[in-house]
Amino acid sequence: MTELNPSATTDLELVHRAKAGDLAAFEALATRHAERVYSLALRMLRHEQDAEDVTQQTFLSALESLPGFRGESSFSTWLLRIASHAALKVIRKRRGLDLTSLEAVTEPAEEFGQIPHPEFIADWRWSPAQLVEQHETRRLLEEALARLDEKHRLVFLLRDVEGFSIRETATALGLSEGNTKVRLLRARLQLREQLTQALGDPATRLTPGHHEH
Amino acid sequence: MKCEELLKQLNEYVDGTVDPGICAEFERHMAGCNPCQVVVDNIRKTITLYRAGVPYELPLEFRDRLHQALRAKWRETHSAD
Ligand SMILES: [Zn+2]
Repeated sequence: MTELNPSATTDLELVHRAKAGDLAAFEALATRHAERVYSLALRMLRHEQDAEDVTQQTFLSALESLPGFRGESSFSTWLLRIASHAALKVIRKRRGLDLTSLEAVTEPAEEFGQIPHPEFIADWRWSPAQLVEQHETRRLLEEALARLDEKHRLVFLLRDVEGFSIRETATALGLSEGNTKVRLLRARLQLREQLTQALGDPATRLTPGHHEH
Repeated sequence: MKCEELLKQLNEYVDGTVDPGICAEFERHMAGCNPCQVVVDNIRKTITLYRAGVPYELPLEFRDRLHQALRAKWRETHSAD
């Protein structure tokens, strides 16, 4: 078996070795990406056991589908797509709707007109680079995310965190593109509001403008 | 453009997919409206933070179970025949 220096080996090299029959290479890929997959699943599902199940399913199906992976996207993108779809399957099952649209159980189309206006508007006291270094940030982010309705949380996670396009997000969730955009805007504004309440510098607080230019 | 109309174009502006005409209007509005400027900045930072890093640790016991399951599956799919 070949020597693996995990940090120096690219995903693509590991994929090639795994395709050639090297189990250690596949396990190195799993070690490298499991936490990311688990985090996405936990953020989507908010249930540890379900997130573990989805993580395991993701790697098992990646193992099976590996011969078909052509490297059109990065390995991690490919993997996170598999994970997102596996997590959505769990959500559909929970709702008792087999493989049908998530839209079916939600209210009719949301309108841009009902979007709540930003209330707490202020510059943040720290830059994102400083914030990621702070231990408290993680808890703040996850708590804010947990406070979103599932329908808004899922759109935000797929579109903004995992980088799905609007169309991909809409298809994955069984939504119209219009509805996907409205949900995304709501999610972004709600998260902004919550994070700014916690991170905003009150000294720089502005009152919402009613400007016309 | 009013603040309210700006809000409706916010997604496209932040994602860089807004059409050029609207983009120019958007920027003209922001140049004269501090609150909208700050909201856009806050939203960009919000997205950046959520994209950065991995929020949860893998439970150790699960990591072992995962690798066992992968090895079992590997043997099943790579058996010699
Ligand atoms: Zn404004």
